Amino acid sequence: MYRLSLDVEQPHSMGTTIIGVTYNGGVVLGADSRTSTGMYVANRASDKITQLTDNVYVCRSGSAADSQVVSDYVRYFLHQHTIQLGQPATVKVAASLVRQLAYNNKAMLQTGMIVGGWDKYEGGKIYGVPLGGTLLEQPFAIGGSGSSYLYGFFDQAWREGMSQEEAEKLVVTAVSLAIARDGASGGVVRTVTINKDGVNRKFYPGDTLPLWHEEMDAVNSLLDIVPAASPEPMIS
Amino acid sequence: LQVMDSAPVENSLMSSESDIQRTQYPYVTGTSVVGIKYKDGILLAADMGGSYGSTIRYKSVERLKPVGKHSLLGASGEISDFQEIMKYLDELILYDNMWDDGNSFGPKEVHNYLTRVMYNRRNKFNPLWNSLVLGGVKNGQKYLGSVSMIGVHYEDNHVATGFGNHLARPILRDEWHENLSYEEGVKLLEKCMRVLLYRDRSAVNKLQIAKITEEGVTISQPYSLKTFWNFSAFQNPTVGAEGSW
Repeated sequence: MYRLSLDVEQPHSMGTTIIGVTYNGGVVLGADSRTSTGMYVANRASDKITQLTDNVYVCRSGSAADSQVVSDYVRYFLHQHTIQLGQPATVKVAASLVRQLAYNNKAMLQTGMIVGGWDKYEGGKIYGVPLGGTLLEQPFAIGGSGSSYLYGFFDQAWREGMSQEEAEKLVVTAVSLAIARDGASGGVVRTVTINKDGVNRKFYPGDTLPLWHEEMDAVNSLLDIVPAASPEPMIS
Repeated sequence: LQVMDSAPVENSLMSSESDIQRTQYPYVTGTSVVGIKYKDGILLAADMGGSYGSTIRYKSVERLKPVGKHSLLGASGEISDFQEIMKYLDELILYDNMWDDGNSFGPKEVHNYLTRVMYNRRNKFNPLWNSLVLGGVKNGQKYLGSVSMIGVHYEDNHVATGFGNHLARPILRDEWHENLSYEEGVKLLEKCMRVLLYRDRSAVNKLQIAKITEEGVTISQPYSLKTFWNFSAFQNPTVGAEGSW
């Protein structure tokens, strides 16, 4: 006999699946939307893709509080930097600031982030900042607990120089696959596409996502699928 | 000029008093680095893997970097700490250059500096979680040394970190000799790296070899080594002893 433990005193954590992918012309950032406190889903429609500047966004994973505070500080610093510089900050500078906070506070923080954006010097760029504060520029990056299920998928599905449509489709498919297997990921899939023309947010509710192994089409009720008023007993 | 000291624990809003004693743990780590002296200078080898526990998370991490004109640094251990060391070393070299007095840090000086840094951090229970290989040539003098995260340092004709100590050094003890040619040196290092690939779980088959001579530093493009599995003993190893491995 065990008791249902809700344990609402546990810190909010975004188990998460986060992805950042470069394509020919820009980047696509993607994430799930589940925030949990222990076993309870505190927010089923979170937005884990956070704006740092007009042209740079960050995907957050791990501790919700830590990642929020880091992105708040970086947004603040980047704002001042942009004023001083007189032009939009580069993706590299944004990532470098994220790394600095992550590295110098490595004993206290538990958040992995993916910084992505577009600037006129380097075009679309993705930087991974995992636990510890390593900074790695990558053609694509995955993070969060759900990413464990995606290493093989990306090894096989990733290609250099995809179009925007291909890149978005890859990201949505990947997040959706991770949600299917990772208990800490779920909800909707959000994507943010950034290129020279600006930023475009997209939203994919669960029913628009592909179905995977052992998943079934959703219905409103059993009554909608079983023939009405039938004397036939149900399968025993 | 920033010192390579850890983020100091002061009375600030951002750190708590209880942080005073801290030994961290590594997150993203690199495996062995192997280095040898050869006729014209030093050769260093390291793979490009960044492991995250038992997952091989990153496969294009550059673990060999030039330091000034005369030295090469290879690192294993926590990658973020290596990146921080490189930031500080680059700044150190820059300030040294700004004296514009004709003097420049040679490999022996850089090695000694790193040793002091690593040891002092260790004494404060806040180490840089790396094992480093530092090699270089200055004024015709070849130098090759290593430093660990607790400040243990060696200078020798061949050095290695991590698994390299157990797998590569014995090979080097047998086959290294004075005045190896460049080709012989590369072949010898590749022999070591291949064994590491077979026997080190965190090794990845994508590596770089770096060379430093009086002329300067070259770091090769990434490449992969052929491996050999076609031995008759590998074909049916459990015939006659079913269930064994």
